[in-house]
Amino acid sequence: MNRICQTLLRQSYARAPLTSNHVAATVTRSTRWYSADASPPASAADVVDKSTLEKLVRTNKVVIFMKGNPQAPRCGFSNAVVQIMRMHGVQYDAHDVLQNEALRQGVKEFTDWPTIPQVFIDGEFVGGCDILMQLHQSGDLIEELKKVGIISELLKAEEAKQEPNTEEKKK
Amino acid sequence: MSQATQYPPIETAMRKALTTELKPVFLEVINESPQHNVPKRSESHFRVLVVSEKFNDLTLIKRHRLVNDTVKNALTAAGFEFMHALSIEAKTPKQWEPEQEPEKSPPCLGGFGK
Repeated sequence: MNRICQTLLRQSYARAPLTSNHVAATVTRSTRWYSADASPPASAADVVDKSTLEKLVRTNKVVIFMKGNPQAPRCGFSNAVVQIMRMHGVQYDAHDVLQNEALRQGVKEFTDWPTIPQVFIDGEFVGGCDILMQLHQSGDLIEELKKVGIISELLKAEEAKQEPNTEEKKK
Repeated sequence: MSQATQYPPIETAMRKALTTELKPVFLEVINESPQHNVPKRSESHFRVLVVSEKFNDLTLIKRHRLVNDTVKNALTAAGFEFMHALSIEAKTPKQWEPEQEPEKSPPCLGGFGK
């Protein structure tokens, strides 16, 4: 299992130079982020409430609360999540909690989870960077995405490879 | 108890709580704060590798919640806030090989001072 995902990882790194332009274009076009939900500096008591968050986490199949935005993450852990999603070709909604302290507190209380980033799939809280990384490495992320109708780019690449005569065999 | 005092206060509280609550067969606590944009001798960024039978029937997220809650309760009791970042690897004894090193955290990107 581990070897499979190492192979997947290696492939995706190897593919990166070929596809980076395409991916960048995809990100620009399809991944939405909301530094626009930047609020005026919130007082410490202001917290985005539960019902607002319940709607927010369902605005897309994948929703991420992070530091910075997908093109310029402000934290290594948020960046790792962005890179994982990029590898899988996932389009998602991203919210920059550094722009909105009330949102940052609100989402932490909503999930009872102490750290950022936080990833939601189909409105369900999945976890932070460590869990995403482990789901990615075990191959389970591909399955989780499939459940909500997202076919991972890594899976497509793997399937294309298995088609005979589409790619030369590498030993 | 005497050997616990060699760690700074937050790390000491974490180690003690994780040891008593989770009865780990292996525990590693790493203070990664020096890799980040924080004052010297901070206790802001930690990574833990916990190997415990208690994780046997728990999903990944429940394991992480168990570790988070254990740390949170211990820090609250000791008068500290939850740390800025806590990376968790929570494994069962079956999933763990003794020579295994903890994963590496991604490099800091500045954190915007927060």
